[in-house]
Amino acid sequence: MAEVTLANLSKRFGTTQALDGINLTVPDGSFVVLLGPTGAGKTTALRLIAGLEKADMGTITIGGREVSHETPAMRDVAMVFQQYSLYPHLTVRDNLAFPLRSPILRMAEADITRQVNEVAEVLRISHKLDNKATQLSGGEMQRVSIGRALVRRPAIYLMDEPLSSLDAKLRADLRVELKRVQADLGATLLYVTHDQIEAMTMATHVGVLDHGRLVQVGSPRDVYERPISATVAARLGLPRINLLPAGLFGQAPAGAAAIGLRPEHVAVGDGQPATVRRVEHLGDQTRLHLTCAGHDIITLTDPHSTIAPGSTLHIRPQNPLWFDAAGARLI
Amino acid sequence: MAEIIIKNLRKEFGAFTAVQSSSFTIRDGEFFMLLGPSGCGKTTTLRMIAGLELPTSGEIWIDGEEVSQKPASQRDIAFVFQMFALYPHMNVRRNISYPLVSQGFSKEKVAAKVAEVAKILGIEDIMDRPVGGLSGGDRQRVALGRAIVRDPKAFMMDEPLGALDAEFREHMAEELRALHDRMKATTVYVTHDQLEAMQMGDKIVVMNHGVIEQFGTPQEIYDRPATLFVAEFIGSPHMNFLRFDGAVAPDQTQIALGQTRIDVPRQRTEAAGKLVLGVRPEHVRLSDAGAYRGLVLATEYLGTTQIITLNTPHGDMKARVASNGPIPAVGAPVGLDFTTQSITLFDAATGHALRSEIHERAAHG
Repeated sequence: MAEVTLANLSKRFGTTQALDGINLTVPDGSFVVLLGPTGAGKTTALRLIAGLEKADMGTITIGGREVSHETPAMRDVAMVFQQYSLYPHLTVRDNLAFPLRSPILRMAEADITRQVNEVAEVLRISHKLDNKATQLSGGEMQRVSIGRALVRRPAIYLMDEPLSSLDAKLRADLRVELKRVQADLGATLLYVTHDQIEAMTMATHVGVLDHGRLVQVGSPRDVYERPISATVAARLGLPRINLLPAGLFGQAPAGAAAIGLRPEHVAVGDGQPATVRRVEHLGDQTRLHLTCAGHDIITLTDPHSTIAPGSTLHIRPQNPLWFDAAGARLI
Repeated sequence: MAEIIIKNLRKEFGAFTAVQSSSFTIRDGEFFMLLGPSGCGKTTTLRMIAGLELPTSGEIWIDGEEVSQKPASQRDIAFVFQMFALYPHMNVRRNISYPLVSQGFSKEKVAAKVAEVAKILGIEDIMDRPVGGLSGGDRQRVALGRAIVRDPKAFMMDEPLGALDAEFREHMAEELRALHDRMKATTVYVTHDQLEAMQMGDKIVVMNHGVIEQFGTPQEIYDRPATLFVAEFIGSPHMNFLRFDGAVAPDQTQIALGQTRIDVPRQRTEAAGKLVLGVRPEHVRLSDAGAYRGLVLATEYLGTTQIITLNTPHGDMKARVASNGPIPAVGAPVGLDFTTQSITLFDAATGHALRSEIHERAAHG
């Protein structure tokens, strides 16, 4: 495994600036997640590192080696795509062994068997090794595709939304598994997703991408609690942070244009009157949709709350975040 | 708008029974969810209500009229499909106007109605754009516009948000629900996404293998799952199951998990053999005093809360705790406490919940 560094990396497709001067270090043994909506440049970043696209500007260093001019095969990376692509006529065992049977590697069959069994064990698909790829469920197929990357020990694993085609339960299981596998192997992993839950739960470092620019990098807790801007604050946290005019609850610090209140930072009891517009019982929590002086606010309350739509509450901020007119957080 | 009553509805496709025998009532103006995994029969049920499939047996009443053998065109229902099909060669306005134009309404009437719909959906600024260049959300709004414009008796929606990415889905779910609150139209909505069902639905039917597992409000289904299937399908992470051998009798308020006595709601029935203690992650607390012990396997930070995965003598389980509390070390032994009144016991053989005092509280509201 190796450290991977991107320096001033840029890529343009026609008139679209897909990546705009990205600087990022993926430390050896870390699990870095790039988070951003569709079109933020996530997949482009992975494809540049893998060598599937050529950068317009900037350098990519893998394990201290500048690789920008190397072919994908020379770069020693393993990529997992969103859509699992297995050989349907091969068994799970042969699908997993395939990358190891590459003539370049000249690996002994006994070593291949050992490595395949190890990975199958880690991904809990040992009992399916002799099944044809087509006889697997969606979750199993995606585990095999991840396994096909894991049988190798590349400098870095690159994963492009590998869980997004799976159902919610499987996604939750594989999140925990993938994190465990990465930690057990001490693997370096760069993972891109638009799913903030994946970013929060798996990453050692989250990088938030916005229109081709990397706007903040930090631990999930750091980015959640100390977002650099209103955009980043809105990217993490469900329900989303409430962004309101700074003066809505009275005195605001100098330079503040907006107050950011995460749902858990709206205290109910005293303060400004707010009308309950809608109550959502989600089981483990209840979301209150409020209107306060013409602004929509979402807050959380006890799951068995009897607050009804139409009633009036009094609310005040608790540990708010403040943002200036450009959206930067005031510190 | 209309009330929809379903009685003993059954659908067979050759030797396969897609829907066994469903009965439920959708009240006028309700946002009603058909929820379940793929192949559970939810889409078939929806298609039978819409008239796109004819039932093998059973009755469908819409607005006081038995329609089960009537063609779709005579049911006055609007269907919004999963993959929203728009006419690619028409602009937004003509796409939305189409259902009215084809029914022969006057130009003025169509224009007025379309303008009203555009306003409801907030798409007035894109009315003259071709549909080809629209974002996913706008395409979805146009598809909805086409359904709304006819003022049908009810809307049928088959995973309309399924193709959208997570963040946007959340936004559209809110928008759809807000739209429903303005229009108060009876809506039947199919989804496999439990959060979507909880978030948007007034009532939920949970289906599995063609059978209705439970019918109720989101909170009822969440708090008092009728079966192991529902308990596992609803909630994320889902309800924890601790499997044990034991027996319960009426009035019993404790069970034994290995050497540990666990308080449970007062039981109302008898059961013995393989049982399951079900408790949701947010009702599990890490407590040094807790007699039941587990080992921390993993922690996941989620902002407001964190999820702790634990190994116990009766299987792995998850706890949802506040993230401003201490973060337990992976591998550390911890004591566990459960919220007594949130525990449900199940009979593993039948998969059914055992009745307890919490079910009576339900009846009293």
